[in-house]
Amino acid sequence: MSLSRKTAVAGVFEHPTRFAPDKSLFQIMAESVRGALDDAGLTIKDVNGLCTTGIGMSGMGIVGLCDYLNLTPNFVDSTSIGGSSFVAHTAHAAAAIHAGLCDLCVVVYGSTAASSRFAIGTGGERGGAGDPCDQYEIPFGPTTVGAYAMIAQRHMHDYGTTSEQLAEIAVTMRLHASMNPAAKYRDPITVEDVLASRIISSPLHLLDCCIISDGGGALVIASAERARDLKKKPVYILGAGETVRHAARGQRDFLEIAAAQSGRLALERAGVMHKDIDMAMIYDSFTITVLATLENLGFCKRGEGGAFVSGGRLRFDGEFPINTDGGGLSSNHPGMRGIFLVIEAARQLRGECGPRQVKDCKIALVHGTGGALGTRHSGATLILGNQ
Amino acid sequence: MAEQTQAKKYSKPLPHLDEENRPWWEALQRHELYIQKCGNCGDIRYYPRALCTNCMSSQVQWIKCSGRATVYTFTTTYQNQAPGFRESLPYIMAYVELEEGVKMLTNLVDCQPEQAKIGMPVEVVFEDVTPAVTLAKFRPAR
Ligand SMILES: [Zn+2]
Repeated sequence: MSLSRKTAVAGVFEHPTRFAPDKSLFQIMAESVRGALDDAGLTIKDVNGLCTTGIGMSGMGIVGLCDYLNLTPNFVDSTSIGGSSFVAHTAHAAAAIHAGLCDLCVVVYGSTAASSRFAIGTGGERGGAGDPCDQYEIPFGPTTVGAYAMIAQRHMHDYGTTSEQLAEIAVTMRLHASMNPAAKYRDPITVEDVLASRIISSPLHLLDCCIISDGGGALVIASAERARDLKKKPVYILGAGETVRHAARGQRDFLEIAAAQSGRLALERAGVMHKDIDMAMIYDSFTITVLATLENLGFCKRGEGGAFVSGGRLRFDGEFPINTDGGGLSSNHPGMRGIFLVIEAARQLRGECGPRQVKDCKIALVHGTGGALGTRHSGATLILGNQ
Repeated sequence: MAEQTQAKKYSKPLPHLDEENRPWWEALQRHELYIQKCGNCGDIRYYPRALCTNCMSSQVQWIKCSGRATVYTFTTTYQNQAPGFRESLPYIMAYVELEEGVKMLTNLVDCQPEQAKIGMPVEVVFEDVTPAVTLAKFRPAR
């Protein structure tokens, strides 16, 4: 696309907290902004664009955050499409900079999901006047995990995918978390541990589900030209895509998810082939999210995801490393974790990942999923590169 | 008064009825299940809405469903902290594919978790949960 390599991620910061009952939501966000600006060698005075959204923020939360940060930006975006929002924001910020709407844009996220005791996946849906589509779902007890579980059930039925194959994803994420000092859960687990954990919504076990933590993070997006003069090596934005999938008036093929469209767009716009991708950050709200996403992004054929995720292929030292930070399954999941996908991909492309560093990492794919695969969801894909 | 008492006892979330969706919910009260068909292009749709997203026509036809369906996918939920569901765990949530060709979210009832299978023939049962709301649920076909 025309945007390719015109903008870059110039600074990143992942808030180290996983449980912060002593901090407010905006404090976590402001500390994250400070961290990302420090990383880039910039100050708050340089910022004239802001993107954010989040659980626990009001509908106009971005206005309140501008107040807290004393910002009067030239560009704001609080697109709210679930956990993928910040992946989409990164592309929106790049487009805004390229179009001249702002010069330097911060993407930020914060959440106190754990210390506020939000039941993210199993809280169920409340009644009342929601969107029209909600009226036909809330009476039947939908939960976030239940909606993903129905995708897993159908995948198992159609293709013989097994709980052992899904478990291998959780085991690999935990291995990666063991090499990330900030990860919430770092003790190794086995396939047997996953299968022995209780069923939350069949066929998904407790250890097939993301954890719940507090957390926050921020990104600084700048023009490529400006990023080259800053403190850290620029991580160029090569291509992006985003879209939504839903029930499609009762006629949806549920195993075709948003990633099929957003991924194709991002790869095409970046001018990059699947074989060029050195590592990927794939939203892992549940193990099935990873499997379905890899198929829909085209890294394997539909139905082959079970075999693809097996045999250690996804390990940091395997053929196709993903989620080297430990992912939402082990490191952190404050409710919407898209920003951490971009942060870890940037750290990999800068070669900052120590024991979990992927060798010769030049191009990374980031895919965020928001909402629930089994009902309505969004997908946002980014291709990032260090050259 | 009796109606109010019954409405209070039912603690699961209820749909919000409005002028667009009321005919559908009123049909369920009569123990009839309908889907919509576009009066212009013939496209079928669930859930009901005021216009066709294929051709944008507002001509609506209602098709009365046979109530026969097959299970497209399902999950047995063992954890849901929402009022009403917390007390009725485990329960089975499913997408069923109606004979008329659309998938709808529902609950499987009169069905043990180990009995539920994708492809299983099911039939509609109507559950009057409040005076204003009847839900279409499905049980294994008899
Ligand atoms: Zn039509």
